[in-house]
Amino acid sequence: MAQITLDNLAHSYLPDPKSSDDYALKELNHVWEDGAAYALLGSSGCGKSTLLNIISGLLRPSQGRILFEGQDVTDAPTAERNIAQVFQFPVVYDTMTVRDNLAFPLRNRGRPESYVAERVAEIAAMIGMEHMLDRKARGLTADAKQKISLGRGMVRKDVNALLFDEPLTVIDPHMKWELRTQLKKLHHDFGHTMIYVTHDQTEALTFANKVVVMYDGRVVQIGTPEELFERPEHTFVGYFIGSPGMNLLPAEVAGSEARIPGGTVPLAANYGSPRGRLQLGIRPEHLRLSATEGLPVTIRRIEDVGRHRILRADLAGHDLNIIAPEDQPVAEGANRVVVDPARIGIYADDWRVTAA
Amino acid sequence: MDKPVNHKAWFLVLPVLVLVAFSAVIPLMTVVNYSVQDTFGNNVFFWNGLGWFQDLLASERMWNALVRQLIFSGVIIAIEIPLGIFVALNMPKRGVWASVVLVLMSLPLLIPWNVVGTIWQIFGRVDIGLLGYGLDALGIDYNYTQNPIHAWITVVVMDVWHWTSLVALLAYAGLQSIPDAYYQAAKIDQASRWKVFRFIELPKMAGVLMIAVLLRFMDSFMIYTEPFVLTGGGPGNATTFLSIDLVKMALGQFDLGPAAAFSLMYFLVILLISWVFYTVMTNLDKRGG
Repeated sequence: MAQITLDNLAHSYLPDPKSSDDYALKELNHVWEDGAAYALLGSSGCGKSTLLNIISGLLRPSQGRILFEGQDVTDAPTAERNIAQVFQFPVVYDTMTVRDNLAFPLRNRGRPESYVAERVAEIAAMIGMEHMLDRKARGLTADAKQKISLGRGMVRKDVNALLFDEPLTVIDPHMKWELRTQLKKLHHDFGHTMIYVTHDQTEALTFANKVVVMYDGRVVQIGTPEELFERPEHTFVGYFIGSPGMNLLPAEVAGSEARIPGGTVPLAANYGSPRGRLQLGIRPEHLRLSATEGLPVTIRRIEDVGRHRILRADLAGHDLNIIAPEDQPVAEGANRVVVDPARIGIYADDWRVTAA
Repeated sequence: MDKPVNHKAWFLVLPVLVLVAFSAVIPLMTVVNYSVQDTFGNNVFFWNGLGWFQDLLASERMWNALVRQLIFSGVIIAIEIPLGIFVALNMPKRGVWASVVLVLMSLPLLIPWNVVGTIWQIFGRVDIGLLGYGLDALGIDYNYTQNPIHAWITVVVMDVWHWTSLVALLAYAGLQSIPDAYYQAAKIDQASRWKVFRFIELPKMAGVLMIAVLLRFMDSFMIYTEPFVLTGGGPGNATTFLSIDLVKMALGQFDLGPAAAFSLMYFLVILLISWVFYTVMTNLDKRGG
């Protein structure tokens, strides 16, 4: 177990990167606290896997350093870093039995057979494969294979960190939930530093104490699930987290007032006159329909998703999503929307502006 | 559900039947016909039953050729398969060099058999050949035309030179199909180089290697042109393999009956060994699946 520090790290797959567009991973300084469970969230191709492979030593960064407990390991091979990593697609050793697969990382480190047997039994129970330990791994279903991969990742107790690269993609939803619970329990019991890469926000928000959101090779926000929801630092976070994501409307800001399509809304604080391309962000949860006050909207569609309803509306030519509570009927003639000023975020060139 | 019955469909397979009949069945039946008859010339044949087959089974000449053939196929497979894998493992995986190496590797495969024989025949000559002259200059008394061991070594080396590329290319294709994640996982699991080979590369290559063994077996079992050009089956009968012996019998001595019986036995041996291969291969698949 270790604290992992990324110091001025960046990576490009090109031999001679020139502009910042050439970098798959843009300059990054970050400390992964010892024993915390992180989720690394972002859309495909944003540099998540690159970052993971750099941490595990499969990839050498083009610039910067990686430190484990303050010790520079940038040039240390994977074996020395003692890291476990689980990949997106199942990797099993076909010709070995399930048991030998699980024992492989331990045997490679020369652990005594009695210890190996004990650990394999524990892990097999955890992934629910005790009954097929003596089967050949070849010919198993994809999710059984992925469970073996997960098991191989977890079989070592003394790893510095456990890295998961979208490990549950190929697993069916029910098992997904169960395995995620197991991973949380594992984290709780052993306190490994865990980094869990995913593009599924539910997975990220339920797994981690801290979520790191990446966008276009950059870390845009690190925070608890609540922080990401309440105060997205970047429009991508607002849009990516939440279902549906944050509404973003072009805005002109003057002091504590914002002019958006369809009218003017008051702001909770004085923003002065920020520069750049301005947007007003408001979560669908923080909009309220009204018959008497607010901005005029046209409701196009109502989707009932069970615990609440999503109203797809049109505000002066812009799409607007509103979440209405399930127990409250949409009043007839309710064709105005009220914006909660305290929940508004103002974004200049996609980054959140703090009130003056 | 009733299946529609339409006998016109037979017309569609007719061309294939005709082709196969003329290219395989009729010639084969002619051979069968010769194998059970004898003649004293003038195109007058009479029934000989299984006589030729009995003669053949009692013939030391045939058994010697068969043993030579089996040793030859065994030796070249035992050399070419591991060597081909070794070469494939060391070939560059991507980039310009990968293409260059691929082209170089396929060159020997493009050379006609008799040219390969001629190349080695001259290469090995003590008077003008680079190899023969060089070995002689080093004080090694090398002469493939007179020393059976030297002839054998030369024939084997020639075959290895000609065909290892094929094994290497097949193994290379097998290696290229392994996703990077396997190597990455092996690094994470701290697998040694040997274990990576044993548990990742070899299992993934198993399918193509089986095909490589089968191809090399069948091809080497039928080998004719190269040793014929190089040694002509000599010195003595040292490199007289089955097909060389067969051609001597059929065309040299014009013993059509014994030669026909010989061909049929030859055919049955190939069929038998191929069947064994096939069974082993499908069993391997089943055991895994």
